Amino acid sequence: MSEHPGDKSTNGNGEQPLVQLTAKDFKSDQEVRWCPGCGDYAILAAVQSFMPELGIARERIVFVSGIGCAARFPYYMQTYGLHSIHGRAPAIATGLSTSRPDLSVWVVTGDGDALSIGGNHLIHVLRRNVNVKILLVNTQIYGLTKGQYSPTSPLGTKNKSTPMGSLDWPFNPVSIALGAEATFVARSIDTDKKHLTEVLRRAANHPGTAFVEIYQNCNVYNDGAFDAVKEQTENQIRLEHGQPVRFGAEGEKGVVLRSDGACELVDVATVGEEALLIHDEHQQEGSLAFALSRISHTPHGPTPIGIFRDVERPVYDQLMAEQLETAKAEGAGELAGLLNSGDTWQITKG
Amino acid sequence: MAKPVEQLERVIIRFAGDSGDGMQLTGGRFTSETALMGNDLSTLPDFPAEIRAPAGSLPGVSGFQIHFSDHDILTPGDAPNVLVAMNPAALRTNLNDLPPGGTLIVNTDAFTDRNLQKAGYTSNPLDDGTVDDYLVQRVPLTSLTQEALKGVGITSREAERSKNMFALGLMSWLYTRPTEGTLAYIAKKFAKRPEIAEANARAFRAGYAFGETSEGFATQYEVAPAEMPPGTYRNITGNQALGLGLVAASVQSKLPLFLSAYPITPASDVLHDLARHKSFGVRTFQAEDEIAAVGAALGASFGGSLGVCTSSGPGIALKQETIGLAVALELPLLILDIQRAGPSTGMPTKPEQADLLMVMFGRNAESPVPVIAASTPGGCFDAAIEATRIALKYRTPVFLLSDAYLANGSEPWLLPDVESLPDISVEFATQPPVEGAFMPYLRDPDTLARQWAIPGTPGLEHRIGGLEKEDVTGNVSYDPDNHDHMVRLRARKVAGIAADIPELAVDDPDGDAELLVLGWGGTYGPIQSAARRIRREGKKVAHAHLTHLNPFPRNTAAVLAHYPKVLIPEMNLGQLLKLVRAEFLVDAHGYNRVRGLPFRSDELAEAMKAML
Ligand code: SF4
Repeated sequence: MSEHPGDKSTNGNGEQPLVQLTAKDFKSDQEVRWCPGCGDYAILAAVQSFMPELGIARERIVFVSGIGCAARFPYYMQTYGLHSIHGRAPAIATGLSTSRPDLSVWVVTGDGDALSIGGNHLIHVLRRNVNVKILLVNTQIYGLTKGQYSPTSPLGTKNKSTPMGSLDWPFNPVSIALGAEATFVARSIDTDKKHLTEVLRRAANHPGTAFVEIYQNCNVYNDGAFDAVKEQTENQIRLEHGQPVRFGAEGEKGVVLRSDGACELVDVATVGEEALLIHDEHQQEGSLAFALSRISHTPHGPTPIGIFRDVERPVYDQLMAEQLETAKAEGAGELAGLLNSGDTWQITKG
Repeated sequence: MAKPVEQLERVIIRFAGDSGDGMQLTGGRFTSETALMGNDLSTLPDFPAEIRAPAGSLPGVSGFQIHFSDHDILTPGDAPNVLVAMNPAALRTNLNDLPPGGTLIVNTDAFTDRNLQKAGYTSNPLDDGTVDDYLVQRVPLTSLTQEALKGVGITSREAERSKNMFALGLMSWLYTRPTEGTLAYIAKKFAKRPEIAEANARAFRAGYAFGETSEGFATQYEVAPAEMPPGTYRNITGNQALGLGLVAASVQSKLPLFLSAYPITPASDVLHDLARHKSFGVRTFQAEDEIAAVGAALGASFGGSLGVCTSSGPGIALKQETIGLAVALELPLLILDIQRAGPSTGMPTKPEQADLLMVMFGRNAESPVPVIAASTPGGCFDAAIEATRIALKYRTPVFLLSDAYLANGSEPWLLPDVESLPDISVEFATQPPVEGAFMPYLRDPDTLARQWAIPGTPGLEHRIGGLEKEDVTGNVSYDPDNHDHMVRLRARKVAGIAADIPELAVDDPDGDAELLVLGWGGTYGPIQSAARRIRREGKKVAHAHLTHLNPFPRNTAAVLAHYPKVLIPEMNLGQLLKLVRAEFLVDAHGYNRVRGLPFRSDELAEAMKAML
């Protein structure tokens, strides 16, 4: 029916007139309440200092979250925010984004929130390619409920609910997203502000759903879970589009694609640089990205970070808006006409 | 030579056949013809949940009952006067409902040994005395149809499938129904397959001509138009009325409609209807599951749309956590529960009223939600607007209850005058506070509704969530007194709606009845019809029917106190009964049946008499 204040303007991909803001403008008046030393602080700081770059007015930005430590995120952002219930943020964001294409909608979620209780919503928002940006902070643990193993915890994780070790094979979030045919899939690290900011930038500019896994340290319940990648930087396989995939302190290691479709880690000196896999973010099939995601099922050795996949596909919100336009072009709805449609008959005063 | 025509005041016909026999289509067309005749009418489709149960089997029987008359009627009728049975299974499952002396029209061609066996008959009921008490019309429908369709150029299987049109033609002649509408319908429906259109039209005409010429049918019947208030009418089912009501609610609230749903019987038709109304700016979203459906609707509400989701009991059970979130967020949200028989999957196509306590209390903690129930198919239209009005004005989720009987049953509906529909628009907050932060939980002192600022409004950025909030600021709060205050405040807000809804009207013609019959929702027709019936016998009974179940109308206590005896008929084991007893300390009695069928007015009349 009527139009919202923002319906006429452009979508949340930075096409509005630029607004000049600073990181401070994105800090709300709420006291931040994560445990001291929690990786969430670094992520919040990176997001707050990146936001001004978007040039989008604060009132057009909405953060939606579910339940978990990271789900507190919206309270700390001086934007519109909705802290919802466990696992449902992608569904709520889908309703918001599709009905308000003028907004920039962000979902902040965790490994339990997105991959366990909310797994179904996650895969469906990805396949639909709704215009939301999803930041999945992965701690490999349930923090808020005090330390149970999560769907990303390595097999055999011992803690309160699994004193003899967990029995569940863990999910690899990037593989899940790629399997759900997400159009943008990336991975970054809480404390690597430069890398994280670059990934956020690319995610924000991606039309459709952007999925970003962020390795986050929960220093209380799972301290050092990602140290093999965070601290041992030689294990970081930094993906760069169009470049051979190599890593190691001197770039002495590399990745080749085997004939069976799997990636293999090699010494560059042995195979020669020409043999290395050239990263292609835009490969439509997603098979390269998937093979890369399988290099490390859990981050305990060489692990790719960066952008796995960035392809274009029609955006759900736009498709829905176009259907409305098409229908309206054939004549805007008129209530009396609608009520009178079908077989009607008259009764006159007898 | 024209046959004699007899006038009847009312007729109840039941079409029954195999699911593949097209009985719903036949019934629907007969209904349209009857509506155009100007009769009052009420219909009851009764079909199995299986799309195609084994052909000829008892579970595969599909029925459609229509009651039409020259006067005001309220129900599809207790027992048919005429039963059209297309096969032995249909005869077996329906014959018990046909009173002795009733007319039975059977397709004799379908009474083969194999079909008899499938229906569990050891001998042919048409020959063994089973049908002796009825006026039996034996019509070889299948062979007559095939005969009529010779030369149309279709397979004999396709010809056989047109036999329902032959039956419809025969019944149209028997009750002097107009035929143009059905012929036009056939032409349109089968426009892409002219030979099928031709076959159906020919079968229909042949059935009509068979009535005119066959010696078996000596008399034709006429039911004069009913006296109804002047105006434009259309025949409407409850689900159609809900769809139109939601579009009207969107127009009258000046908010775009966002309707999300996960497919579920018997609610899916509302999604289908709304999906065709995109020219009204209606967004429809078929979600990945029931939880996503309500989540998306709530997200749309947060963005300033009219968020609606449609479902039935099993789906509502899944949505409750999100509805609790809407209670905490104090955002408008409309949830339609088209009730069906349960528990669990239950009987998906059959009506029941057993979700009342679930929608009242089925969420964690103190979580009050207004509840509205539609009483008639046409009434679903008004109920949708009223539920929306309350949701928007009070920033609250609202349940709108219908049931499988209202959803699929139909009646003539007097089109409302669009000009007379209420303006239910509300204002968003737009003014940034003079100083300090925006206070999302600042309230209107009268309605207790909080301010509603939607994203995109500069200066009003704020965060809301499911954690307990401090009143006014909306900040997260664990303060004991604040929580107690908020729990009571949310309850008071919903209770206060009582001042803003109509009083409970009582139908008590002489004003001195001893017995009040209190109903709610889809039982309106049978209760009112039973009350009229026993009044004709000189008995006195009052009938009041609740459309607002939470809060109750403000005079409910007074109405209950006025009558020494209270009877509450429900298609559950006494859910309103519990609420009424608990809330008003009234020694009310229940009449409860859960057969997956609407009440018959004769059983209700007996229940009322037993209380007198
Ligand atoms: S429990 Fe872990 S994830 Fe949660 S706030 Fe504390 S450190 Fe951060």
